[in-house]
Amino acid sequence: MTRKWSGLVAACAVLGVSAAHAAAPSPEVLANACNGCHGTLGASAGPSMPSLAGQSKKAIADSMKAFKSGERPATIMGRLAKGYSDAEIASIADYFAKQKPRSYVQAVDAKMADRGGMLQEKHCNRCHLDDGQDFKDDAPIMAGQWLRYLQVQMDDYSSGKRKMSEKMAEKMKQLSRDDMEAIAHFYASQKQGETK
Amino acid sequence: MTMDRRNFIRLLGGASTLALAACAGSPAVSSGSAAEILPKTGRRVVVVGGGYGGTIAAKYVRMLDASIEVVLIERNKQYVSCPFSNYYIGGLIKDLTPLTIGYDKLAGNHGVKMLHAEVTAVDPAAKKVVTTEGTLAYDRLILSPGVDFRTEEIEGYAADTPDLLPHAWKAGPQTILLRKQLEAMRDGGTVIISMPLTPYRCPPGPYERACLVANYLKANKPKSKLFLLDANPDVVSKKPLFTKAWNSYYKGIFEYVPGKKITKVSGSDRTLFVEGIEDHKADVVNFIPPQRAGRIAVAAGLVGADKNWCPVNATTFESTLHKDIHVIGDASVAGAMPKSGYSANSEAKVCAANVVALMNGKETVDLSGINVCYSAIASDQSVSIAGVYKVIDGKIAAVPNSGGISPADFSQTKLEHVYAESWLKNILTEMST
Repeated sequence: MTRKWSGLVAACAVLGVSAAHAAAPSPEVLANACNGCHGTLGASAGPSMPSLAGQSKKAIADSMKAFKSGERPATIMGRLAKGYSDAEIASIADYFAKQKPRSYVQAVDAKMADRGGMLQEKHCNRCHLDDGQDFKDDAPIMAGQWLRYLQVQMDDYSSGKRKMSEKMAEKMKQLSRDDMEAIAHFYASQKQGETK
Repeated sequence: MTMDRRNFIRLLGGASTLALAACAGSPAVSSGSAAEILPKTGRRVVVVGGGYGGTIAAKYVRMLDASIEVVLIERNKQYVSCPFSNYYIGGLIKDLTPLTIGYDKLAGNHGVKMLHAEVTAVDPAAKKVVTTEGTLAYDRLILSPGVDFRTEEIEGYAADTPDLLPHAWKAGPQTILLRKQLEAMRDGGTVIISMPLTPYRCPPGPYERACLVANYLKANKPKSKLFLLDANPDVVSKKPLFTKAWNSYYKGIFEYVPGKKITKVSGSDRTLFVEGIEDHKADVVNFIPPQRAGRIAVAAGLVGADKNWCPVNATTFESTLHKDIHVIGDASVAGAMPKSGYSANSEAKVCAANVVALMNGKETVDLSGINVCYSAIASDQSVSIAGVYKVIDGKIAAVPNSGGISPADFSQTKLEHVYAESWLKNILTEMST
């Protein structure tokens, strides 16, 4: 370091001007900002906000990108996703995917959940693996997700606002609105990770 | 800026005078005790203020480095959220339970040490805080003191004024008092909400309050009238949305009156004076005074040239006036981030990460912040504003081409009302567990 530069650095240190020397936001700092709505470490306390903890990295990143482009319908998420680069989105998705899943006990209709269990076995289980406990590629974990969130998504799918993959559209064609409701109750009734 | 012993004692004396001036109407602050409590054995962060900023700062320091002791100082055993307190004032919720949290789980889950006391002074040179329970030392101090009122600027504002003209801008007894006054008012009465010039805590808050009070009057006391006297020349937050809500739902019952800066009040006559002359009398007056950083930030010499708010480093939230003291939330000057609960939450996490980095000799990281704020416009409808922030040229700025307000066609207001409920549930759970 030349004398001129060391003098400048010393002057900045005295004035407390360290912003220029700080590193880019860490994955943790990027992701923590989301926790106010999605819960500490991405475990949502409900009732309509989805949990992100332990979710498929690809599902989170794909959703954020679809929010950003406007492809996925949104209220605030479209406005927020536009604030992040694709690299930042990948970093946030990776961070939440690594967190321990945790679900809360929810009030569900037991009869509907039973019927939904059978329906998902037949229609959903090949991608939302193991009763929705696990994920395959971009198909997210469903078990323990918040009921009100799942209902809003079913509304958006059935009205055509939210686009589906071809394989999902093929399955959804065979389901009535009541069937979808039953499946939502089933997934919401399932436990995922540590339960509170 | 350094401070010798004599100056520190002078500050202590000055602090109680200041407290009386700044908090007319609230109980006077008892003087602090010099005896040291909780002697410091290892590295310690002291956090002052158990609200939206302080709880999160305390929790995240512990989550990031459990070898650092954290003491959270808060005068009350319970905290009542200011966000959503308009729901109670407007009668959407019947008590303050959904807005109230305690500190036991936060302390138990994360090993945060709670000290229920009032901070009366800070000695930045000796790195000590003086409280009503005794003095304690810190390595770094995080202040999240919220706001206090600049009542000395209002002629006639006396100790009993908040009882007569409730501000209801700190949630709790004031919130309940304003609701009681509205309930007791006859049908055909007049209500005034008076709001100060910006910056003040929660930019959309007074406009949301206008919606929910109008909503209550419309359903219960339809012959009544509500006026919002705004000191600002125009609506300062979510303007197209609030204007549309007022025109669509509250025409005839509500009137927005801009450019009305109150300089004098008469509590017993329930009268406000604009520029000391033009008077406005009503049956219920909700007078929200102009604001500044919480008393302790002023007493500690942390406010800048404007004498009101605390200038801070945009990355670490360290005060530019005193080393090793960080200021977050409403009290700080956080560039483009508004004085909101979510901002305080977001700032607290960045501050915590950098406090831990600095204490471990590691590199600090730049801010990445979010603000999300919902305002109810009717019993079952809400609108929102959202923003993403980062450091640009050393200042906190909104990320270009991101953020914004709800669509003006109100196509999402019912769904946003559902999400608003989750906002409250999650953020209070984050603060209390």
